[in-house]
Amino acid sequence: MGEMVREDGRTANQLRPLNCSRNILNRAHGSARWRQGDTEVLAAVYGPKAGTKKNENPEKACIEVIWKPQSGQIGKLEKEYEMIMKKTLQSICILTVNPNTTTSIVVQVVHDDGALLPCAVNAACAALVDAGIPMKHLAVAICCCLAESGYLILDPTKLEEQNMKSLAYLVFPNSTTSVCTEEASLVDGEPMEHGIITSVTHGVMLVDNYLHCLERGRAASAKLSDFLRKSLKSQLQSDS
Amino acid sequence: MFCGKEDKLETMELPNDSGDLGSEMEVDAFRRLFPLRFYERHLAESIRPDARPLSRARDTTVALGAVASANGSALAKIGSTTMLAAIKMEVMTPSVELPDEGCIAIEFHMPPICSPLVRPGRPAEVAPVVSKQLSDTILSSGMINLKELSLVSGKAAWMAYLDIYCLDADGALFDAALLSAVAAFSHLQIPVVSLNDDGKIVMLSEEQDDGNLDKGAVNKEKRKIALSSIPFSLTCVLHKNYILADPTAEEESIMETVVTVVLDSSNQLVSLYKPGGPVLARTSVLQDCVALTRQRIKELQNILDEAISGMEVD
Repeated sequence: MGEMVREDGRTANQLRPLNCSRNILNRAHGSARWRQGDTEVLAAVYGPKAGTKKNENPEKACIEVIWKPQSGQIGKLEKEYEMIMKKTLQSICILTVNPNTTTSIVVQVVHDDGALLPCAVNAACAALVDAGIPMKHLAVAICCCLAESGYLILDPTKLEEQNMKSLAYLVFPNSTTSVCTEEASLVDGEPMEHGIITSVTHGVMLVDNYLHCLERGRAASAKLSDFLRKSLKSQLQSDS
Repeated sequence: MFCGKEDKLETMELPNDSGDLGSEMEVDAFRRLFPLRFYERHLAESIRPDARPLSRARDTTVALGAVASANGSALAKIGSTTMLAAIKMEVMTPSVELPDEGCIAIEFHMPPICSPLVRPGRPAEVAPVVSKQLSDTILSSGMINLKELSLVSGKAAWMAYLDIYCLDADGALFDAALLSAVAAFSHLQIPVVSLNDDGKIVMLSEEQDDGNLDKGAVNKEKRKIALSSIPFSLTCVLHKNYILADPTAEEESIMETVVTVVLDSSNQLVSLYKPGGPVLARTSVLQDCVALTRQRIKELQNILDEAISGMEVD
């Protein structure tokens, strides 16, 4: 496969510069800003507040996601993002610790330059940590784009997203470090971070292309989760 | 109501006196109190409470032409999940950027009759999400060539309003909605229109059509739209190592991890949708889901073909 040079000079597997800062909003219980190149998302967590919404199981904590676009009113796309984020975050939080409570996560888009949903998932994750919401593990999200020729690029800009044939948003569990031996943490002979939490695709692709996306996304998610862990650690030390 | 298989599931403390009312009540109570355990005991026997094997979808029917006033319509049923889809064609001015393309607007409705979870006056949360998924799938699959909906380049094109009503929401909403949408498009007949003297497009009703207006007819007879690479989908629920195809609403609410795979007729992946859920999907599980979908789209293609050939005989 020949190297295709991207508009901003990155290689196919290269992510844009990442930046994560936490505890930036005064009134929220937890907040975080996640920047991926020019895409920037602000997430705030309020809760756990007493009571669950209608149609929710009161024996578990309820997660609510409110998506605020950069401008204008929310439409179907934002509703879909809210639903995907809600279900994704529900699966990484421990919902039985605070039953009959609601935790609201407000996602404010500051600037959209591609890979918006993955960026929002990463921001929400960092904000949940900042708020001290009990979680099973962290999640990292990544966007893969597929060109007509089967060429794959990671973390596309808005322009690249529009020019590509299809794309996949993937959310993986963060690799965990534990005192258990490595064999003990394997699920059916595979490490946990090989399973996917969320997958959303747009556009037609071959099944093999999708599996290829998974592989590349998985490799990149390891880098992302290292970054997330490092940035959470350094800020914890500076907090104390 | 309960078949023999369920009697086998009797709680251990009860003597096996199957048949009398008392034991049937026990199964019912067990199902309500411990729904997950109730299901797990079925799954261990490779069977589901409605007597389906894990990988079998429910009975599926498609009826074309359910709404006489629409230009194309269909009623699709998967088990008791029922969807009514209807298409209305209108003439519009195409946008400046795409002067020779028509347009499709897709809306998915969940009226309060479809499920006890939907209350009157309060729109269902999932309706806009399914609506968005449907338009993404239908438009990105390339099933319909939008250029075919053009009438006069830059002046007039068809706008297809596709409305899908959920009449009964019993799981796998997206599958049933997509099936009804595809069936409605295959039943769609584009009406006859002509250009009048002012250069405007007018619809011709059948009585009017005595040939005096045919000088400017844009399309002279009713025509069908050509569908290429039709997308079909299968929703699966994941629980532990089990994959349950085509879940009911009860199964979806108890086992929360849902994967929807959409493939087109050339087996290309149109969408692989897994919104979270407690079960992490490994690659092999996703491949199994794709394999199940491959089998299912053959069934669905046959069901649709039969419905179409049934219409042609009439």
